[in-house]
Amino acid sequence: MAKLEKPEELIKIDYTPHKKDWMDTPVEFKEGMYCWGAKGKDLKILDFPNARDWSPKEEDWKLPENWKDTILEAMADRLSKYRSFRLFMDICVRCGACADKCHFFIGGGDPKNMPVLRAELMRSVYRKYHTTGGKIFGKTAGARELTLDVLKEWWYYFYQCTECRRCSVFCPYGIDTAEITMMGREFMNLLGLNTGWISGPVANCYMKGNHLGLEPHAIMNSIEGMIDDIETITGIRINPSFNRKGAEILFVTPSGDLFADPGTFTCMGYLMLFHELGIDYTWSTYASEGGNFGFFTSNETAKRLNSKIYAEAKRLGVKWIIGGECGHMWRVLSQYMDTWNGPADFLEVPKSPITGTVFDNAKSMKMVHVAEFTADLIKHGKIKLNPGRNDNLKVTYHDSCNTARGMGLLEEPRYIINNVCNHFYEMPDNTIREQTFCCGSGTGLNASENMDLRMRGGLPRANAVKHVRDQHGVNMLANICAIDRATLSASMDYWVPGVKVTGVHELVANALIMKGEKDRETDLRGEPLPGKEGKE
Amino acid sequence: MKILFPFFAVIALVLLVFAGVNMAGMYFLFGIVIPYAALVVFLIGVLYRVMKWGSSPVPFHIPTTCGQQKSLPWIKQNKIENPSGSLGVIVRMALEVLVFRSLFRNLKTELKDGKVVYGLEKWLWMAGLAFHWSFLIILVRHLRFFAENVPPVIKLIESLDSFLQVGVPLFYITDAVILVAVTYLFFRRVYIPQIKYISLAADHFPLFLILGIAISGVLMRYFFKVHIVGVKQLAMGLVSFKPSIPEGIGVLFYIHMFLISVLFAYFPFSKLMHMGGVFMSPTRNLANNSREVRHINPWNYPVHVHTYEEYENDFRDKMKKAGLPVEKE
Repeated sequence: MAKLEKPEELIKIDYTPHKKDWMDTPVEFKEGMYCWGAKGKDLKILDFPNARDWSPKEEDWKLPENWKDTILEAMADRLSKYRSFRLFMDICVRCGACADKCHFFIGGGDPKNMPVLRAELMRSVYRKYHTTGGKIFGKTAGARELTLDVLKEWWYYFYQCTECRRCSVFCPYGIDTAEITMMGREFMNLLGLNTGWISGPVANCYMKGNHLGLEPHAIMNSIEGMIDDIETITGIRINPSFNRKGAEILFVTPSGDLFADPGTFTCMGYLMLFHELGIDYTWSTYASEGGNFGFFTSNETAKRLNSKIYAEAKRLGVKWIIGGECGHMWRVLSQYMDTWNGPADFLEVPKSPITGTVFDNAKSMKMVHVAEFTADLIKHGKIKLNPGRNDNLKVTYHDSCNTARGMGLLEEPRYIINNVCNHFYEMPDNTIREQTFCCGSGTGLNASENMDLRMRGGLPRANAVKHVRDQHGVNMLANICAIDRATLSASMDYWVPGVKVTGVHELVANALIMKGEKDRETDLRGEPLPGKEGKE
Repeated sequence: MKILFPFFAVIALVLLVFAGVNMAGMYFLFGIVIPYAALVVFLIGVLYRVMKWGSSPVPFHIPTTCGQQKSLPWIKQNKIENPSGSLGVIVRMALEVLVFRSLFRNLKTELKDGKVVYGLEKWLWMAGLAFHWSFLIILVRHLRFFAENVPPVIKLIESLDSFLQVGVPLFYITDAVILVAVTYLFFRRVYIPQIKYISLAADHFPLFLILGIAISGVLMRYFFKVHIVGVKQLAMGLVSFKPSIPEGIGVLFYIHMFLISVLFAYFPFSKLMHMGGVFMSPTRNLANNSREVRHINPWNYPVHVHTYEEYENDFRDKMKKAGLPVEKE
C-alpha cells in the first residue's frame, strides 16, 4: 500500500486539467485511490455473476467473454427503466456549475472527478450506441466506443463518487451524479467487478443480518458489554429484549453502532434513552442492519437486503419501527424501502407512546428517525436533561449527505443538540445543510487501502471543522451517521487533530437524567464530567 | 477542433445560403421549404424526445431535498426547497425554470493558503438568465411578423424593450443583452480551463449558431435594411399556409431565417432539449413525501431473499444457547 502523504503535502493540489483531450488521457490507477477487488466466495453467496477472486491491479480482470454485450444490454434495459438515467444522459449542457462542488475534485484536482466529466464517462458511451449524432460523428459528437480501457476508467471513477448528491443541488436541471454512478456500479456488478469492502459486508448482511457478520449471540454480547458500561457509569442495569414478539416498536440501527467506538457510545445512548422512557421495544438479530451496502452494488441487491426490516416487523408483530442514526440507511429507507418492499399495511401509523405524537410524515412507510422521535420528546418536556454535563464539549454538527439531501432532516438533530449541549457552533453556510460535504468515505469507500482517496475527499468537511475549531475552539463533531462516526474520526485525526466525533444520542445520554441514577462521575467514554475532574 | 469545427460549420451554413439565394436564386427552398421542414422536424423531434423520456418510468422517489422536511408540526418546513405537496413542487419548478434557482446557488470553490474558501460566483447565473430571457423576449417580439394586427401585448413588450428611446429604428435592449450574454458564455468556455476541458463541439455549435442569428438580425434592423414589408408578407404567407416569395427582401434576411431553421431542426437532437428536460427531472419535480405516500415502481419484481426461517436454521443452536426465542425448537 502506498504510504499516505502528510497533510501539508496532500493539500498541494493542482487543478489544471491535462493538455490532452480527456478522451485521449487513459486512466491511471493510483495506489491509495481505489479499493481491492471482491472475493469470489462473497460473490458466490450472493449469486452475483462472474464470482471469482480478482484484483483491479492485475492486467487481467478475468471478465466473461461477452462482457461488452452484457453492459450494452444492461444499459439499454436501464434506459428504459429509469427516466432519471435517460434524462440525465441527454440534458446536460456542460455549464460546469457542478465542477467544483465535488469533494473528490476539491481534494484531488483530477478533472475526471468533476461531476460533469464523471458523468461524461458514461454519456460518451451512451452517445455512441443510443444517439444519431454519436453514431454518425463519433468523437466530434463526444461519443466513444466501449472498450476495456473505458471500462477500467469507469470502474476507477465510479468508485470515486460517494453518491452524496451535492452536485445535484447546484445543477440547474437537478442532474444527480448518483443516478449515473449507481448505474455504472450496477453494470460492473454484472461482470463481478465489485470491491471487497462492499461485497464482503453485503454477503455478511445477506446471511447473518448485518454488515459486520455478527451472529445472534455476538450481537447480544456486544450489547451486554455496553450494558455493563452503562451500569458502571449510571448505576442502572438495563435489560433490552431481542427478537421479542408482541413488542410495540422494532428498533433497527446500523451494525457499526454495535462494534467500534465512537458508534458504541451512540448505541449506549439509544439503550439509555429507551430504558428511561420505558418504551416497549425490541432489537432484532435477523434485521440487525439499518445500513445497506447492497445499495452500492445494484438496485436488486439493495432490495434483497432491505426486505428483512419489514419481514421482521411482520414476524414479530410490532406496530411500527424506529431507525437509528445513519446516513445512506435513511436515503434507502425514505426513498426506496416502501416502494421495494411495501406496502407495510400490517403496521400502524407511528405514534409516540410517550407524547402521543402521530408521525404523519411516515404514515405509509411506518418508520421514524430516532432524531424525530427524540426531538418530539424534548419538545414535550418528557425527558430530564442536564446539558451542563456536556460543558466540556464545544460541538459542531455535520449533516449527513443523505439525511440532508435525500430527506431534509436538518432541524431535528440541531434542536436536540441545542437542548443537550450549551456550546454549539455551526460550520460555514456553504458546508452545512443541503450544501453539506460528504465525509469522503461514503458508499462503501471506507476501506483502509484507499486512504489517499478518503483523506482527499474528506478535505472540504475537515476544513470547515478546522474553521470552527480555530474560531470557537470546537472539539467535538456531532453527526447522525454510523459511517461518519468511523470515517470522520480518521479524517479529523489526519486534518484536524484534537477534534473527536460523536453521535447525537451519545450527547443525549450524557445529558439524560435517569430515574435512580447515581451521581455520575464520567461521561459515556469514561472521561470525567465537567466539574468532576481530579476526583478519582 | 471542438471550437473550429462548429465555427466553420456555421460559416459554411452562411455561405451556403448566400450562394443558394444570391447566386442560384433558390428563394423557394430557403424561404419556404426549409423553414417548413425545420418546423416539422422541431415539433416532431421535440415531441418524440419528450415521449421517449416519458416512456421510461420513474421507479423511485428521488427528490433532492434542499431544505427542512415536513416532520413535526412545530418545526418550520421549507415548503419550496423541500416540498411535500403539489403546490410546493409547482413553486419550486417555477423558480427553477423562470429564475434558475439552483444555478443561483453557484459558488466558486478555491484553495487559498491551504484553506478551502467559497466565493461569490453569479456570472454564469446572470449570463444564463440574461441570455434565456432576452432570447424569449426577442422570440415573442417576432410574433408581430405573424399577425395581421399586432396584438397589444407584443406592442407593450416592444415598447418596454425599447424604453431607452434611442436610435432609428428604436434600439432594443435585448438585442445588446443577447449578444453580450452569448459572447460571455462562449468566452468562459475558452478561458476557464476546467470548462474548456469539458466542452464539446456540441456546446460551441449552438452558441455560434445563436450568435449568427443575433448578428444577422441586428445587422438587418440597424445597419443594412431589408425590405420589411416583404418580410412580413413572407411570414404571413408561411403562417397562413399560402406561402409566397416577395421580391427583393435581401440576402441578409435569408441568412437569418436559414440559421433559425437550422437551430430549430438541430434542437431535438441536441443538448438544447434541456428546455423540455428540466420539467421532467425527478430530483426536482417530485414532492418529498415518499414516507407518507407509497411510490409505485411499475417494474418492481420479487427478488430472492434470505428469509428468517433460513436464518434461524443457520443459527438455531446458537440462538437457543443465547436465550433467544426461536420459531422451531
